[in-house]
Amino acid sequence: MAWLLLLAPLTSAFLVWVALRPYPRLSQAVSIAASGLAFLTALGIALGKVGAPAALSWVDLPGLRIEIGMTLDSLARLMLLMVTGVAFLIHVYSLGYMAEDPGRARFFGELSLFLASMIGIIVSTNFVMMYIFWELVGVSSYLLIGFWFEKNSAADAARKAFLANRVGDFGFLLGILTFWATCGTVAFDPGAARGLAGNWLAPVAALLLFCGCVGKSAQIPLHVWLPDAMEGPTPVSALIHAATMVAAGVYMLCRIFFVLELSPEALSVIAWTGGITALVAALIATQQNDIKRVLAYSTMSQLGYMVLAVGCASTTAAMFHLTTHGFFKALLFMGAGSVLHALHHEQDIWRMGGVGRKMPLTFVTFGIGAAALAGIPGLSGFFSKEEILQAAARNEPVLFWMAAFTAALTAFYMTRITLVAFLGKPRTKAAEHAKESPFVMGFPLIVLSVLAVIAGYSFFGIEHLLGGHEAEGKNPLVPMASLTAVLLGLTAGAITYGRANQERIAIPLFERKFYFDEIYDWTVLKLQEESARLLAWADQWIVGFVLVRGGAFVVSLGGEMLRLLQAGNLREYAFLFALGAGGILLLLFGR
Amino acid sequence: MSPLTILLLVEAAAIGLILLGASPKKVSLVAAGTNFLLSLWIYAQFPAGVGGYHFVENHSWIALGGLPEIRYHVGVDGISLPLVLLTTLVTLAAIWVAPAKIKRASEFYSYLLLLSLGALGAFVSLDLFFFYAFHEFALIPTFLLIGIWGAENRQFVSLQLTLYLGLGSLVLLAGIIALLGVVPAEERTFDIPRLTDYLRENPLATSQQMLPFLLLAIGFGTLVSLFPFHSWAPFGYASAPASAAMLHAGVLKKFGLYGLLRVAMPLLPGGAEAWKPWILALLLGNILFIGLTTIAQKELPAMLGFSSVMHMGYLFLGLACWNALGVSGVVLLMVAHGLSAALLFAVAGEVRERAGEIRFAELGGLARRMPFVAVAFLVGSFASVGVPGLANFPGELLIFFGSWKSQPLLTAVVVWGIVISAVYQLRAVRAVFYGDLPQHLAETGDVEGVARIPYVLLMAALLILGIWPGTLLGVVGSGVKGFLSLN
Repeated sequence: MAWLLLLAPLTSAFLVWVALRPYPRLSQAVSIAASGLAFLTALGIALGKVGAPAALSWVDLPGLRIEIGMTLDSLARLMLLMVTGVAFLIHVYSLGYMAEDPGRARFFGELSLFLASMIGIIVSTNFVMMYIFWELVGVSSYLLIGFWFEKNSAADAARKAFLANRVGDFGFLLGILTFWATCGTVAFDPGAARGLAGNWLAPVAALLLFCGCVGKSAQIPLHVWLPDAMEGPTPVSALIHAATMVAAGVYMLCRIFFVLELSPEALSVIAWTGGITALVAALIATQQNDIKRVLAYSTMSQLGYMVLAVGCASTTAAMFHLTTHGFFKALLFMGAGSVLHALHHEQDIWRMGGVGRKMPLTFVTFGIGAAALAGIPGLSGFFSKEEILQAAARNEPVLFWMAAFTAALTAFYMTRITLVAFLGKPRTKAAEHAKESPFVMGFPLIVLSVLAVIAGYSFFGIEHLLGGHEAEGKNPLVPMASLTAVLLGLTAGAITYGRANQERIAIPLFERKFYFDEIYDWTVLKLQEESARLLAWADQWIVGFVLVRGGAFVVSLGGEMLRLLQAGNLREYAFLFALGAGGILLLLFGR
Repeated sequence: MSPLTILLLVEAAAIGLILLGASPKKVSLVAAGTNFLLSLWIYAQFPAGVGGYHFVENHSWIALGGLPEIRYHVGVDGISLPLVLLTTLVTLAAIWVAPAKIKRASEFYSYLLLLSLGALGAFVSLDLFFFYAFHEFALIPTFLLIGIWGAENRQFVSLQLTLYLGLGSLVLLAGIIALLGVVPAEERTFDIPRLTDYLRENPLATSQQMLPFLLLAIGFGTLVSLFPFHSWAPFGYASAPASAAMLHAGVLKKFGLYGLLRVAMPLLPGGAEAWKPWILALLLGNILFIGLTTIAQKELPAMLGFSSVMHMGYLFLGLACWNALGVSGVVLLMVAHGLSAALLFAVAGEVRERAGEIRFAELGGLARRMPFVAVAFLVGSFASVGVPGLANFPGELLIFFGSWKSQPLLTAVVVWGIVISAVYQLRAVRAVFYGDLPQHLAETGDVEGVARIPYVLLMAALLILGIWPGTLLGVVGSGVKGFLSLN
């Protein structure tokens, strides 16, 4: 039964690929049914009605046994529910959003492939199985970012995403090899990890494995692909580049925490990477004008929080925030998508304005999502962020203050985009004539906004699923500090952008994203380009010419061959060949 | 009669019929289809649990004065059987995608069949003479296919390839002779199994193994485009007609690897160990030097040619480290690379044919005009960069696992190849199929109808082996255990 989780979306993807592409309606039906089935299976698992099946052997060689199995522990159950639930809603939403796209059958097939891969990561029982689905998630993300492949920007963004992830996966794979060589297995087996304890390889393995997360969860310095990934259709941004795939890196860290915890040094590196990413991304988000890019940087910033939590040894806090963030960030993206749908794909917030009155449902639900993200008390984001701040305060005081400052920035930029896009006067014709989106798009917004409100409370059961509260003491200063930060951010945002019709702050460093793209263009790409050209030249003229074509012997022999070639006579050839071969043999072996 | 002999006779008979005037493409297709089905049957009948050779046929052929007796001795074990399957499948696809109307059609199809026949013969031969002779036999049609039907610069390219592979084969011949020369006169034999058993019981002194192994490594290495003996490959493949590139890059080139696996490494283990640092150093040239060179290519077929050279680096790594994981990976990756290279070269042929253009700068947006071809290229590309779900991934993975314990740093550098290959391969996807569609390509047509079948077959094989590598690994394992005695 539990195999349905994987088989339903895989079958759907395969059917659409080989047969159903000419039939968009059927493709949609199959794909939505598959995601619904996956969600029901996940529910069954969470309720204890469906158990884990026996593992299948994928590769069984001396010294290496790789299984395809299913882990359905509390960590996996929570993640399965969130991923399949959000995925189902986004499938439904896509019915409306992609209604007029001629390639929508392909779109739904690729969504199914993505869902299967994502589920595969969650239920993995070993490193190699996780790597397999990890890469497949990368592939489906590549396909979906490049869904509108005829657009140059989308095609480039897809490639960039795949390559940035590949760099991370390079480290991930080496980490897997290191673990296997030291511990003798690729299984997620804390007992086997004893081989690493106290070994100098422990931090090496931990940090190599962490590389995978840096790529997939868009941490500095491999984050550059995520903002560009917004070239994909908005449901893709909501599902893959906000709620699920980018969170896979964090999930992976929680899954392999038994390796990470062997090395305090590695944990510290992880915490700092997360903290810096959270801060830098939030700073950039304050100066972006494209609504999807603001949300993308905000996603990156929140992922930084989660990574910070793992680095502070609090996987509970990381998973808690991962789940609530999945709800409200999917909600925000779909709300933004609803606006874009109404404004004919206008993404610049300064060319919107007053949309709130024309699209009340979108406005209210987006507002709830923004408030949850900003950390307004009483909403889910508040509770989960609080847990992370508590963990930081316990372990890394400097990072705690950075994280609190990031919380203020978060409140600031969310206030900014909400005020500028939804309130004030319409600044373009399109904004003036905006209409509320159809109900298939509104319905998921409602469900998700309810979740964004209630998911933080204990009756909802996230912490229960994760195995209860952390016993350690709470620092009463933490909620006060974070509340102050949120209020400061909100007030600053409201004062600056209350009635603004244009940008009032200009900080080029933030607007240009700390010049990461430019720096990479000038170093990595140039270096690669130039060395490639140099080596190609060397290959042609040094290896090829001097080593190979030199020598009069070769030339004269060549003349003979050329003559034969022009004659092109097979019998002559075969005869000569036999003669030559026989002659040589006789010469050498003859007495 | 062994079914392996039938495989050879079917192709020989087809060549005969074509020379007698039968329709070349039809006859070739029927022969290739028959052989593919027959090899599937052989695969199904193959007792995977039992080591050793099966479907053996062994009788005396000729005894020349002073030479060991030459015997017609054929058979397959878990190592050669996958290559036989690869050969029959790629042959079928290569013949299917070839244009029915081509100048000197009967010659063209005869040469394709000869190429395939030579490769098949080399893979099933258990006699060193036939093993060598079949491969030589397959080289000749390769030269002719490029020299007569090749694209730009064909005369020069064909000449270069002829010289190069010719010299490589001569060095190889010298290596075989040197190998037999160090075996005591009364034990000299062309029979590979007997020679293997004898040398396993009575290993040669390492000093005696040095020269023969060096010659064999250079000879076989040249045939597989080991850096820096690779210059023939990229432009040879770029110029060759698609079917010839498919058969050579996909199948015949594997002969060099198969030779190392079947002859050089097991017969001369001491020499292999002594020369190992050199091989490891050179394969880095394949991965890094050629990998980066591939990035700089400006035309689709040349880029595929260089990429094919680069991928040989992984295979050399698996061979050099010589353990069960790595060698199983090598056999799997040989098959996978053969399939994916054939698929990609076939697509390059369609692009050249239909768009009339191969330069990246002049191509673009073709996915809109030829969606099926674009999907085929995408699948081939994903396979080639080692995406899971396609056959190359488990092959590469096993090689990495096999080499990691003894060579962690070198393996780490080689693993960087998965980034390099993604750079150039996705750049090609982007340049040819995505983005703006230039005006002059607006009328390009797609592959339709039954012409899609060869592509579907290759893609299906890549998928099946990628999802379920165990089906092949079981067979390979029996060969690795039985023939190589590796754990």
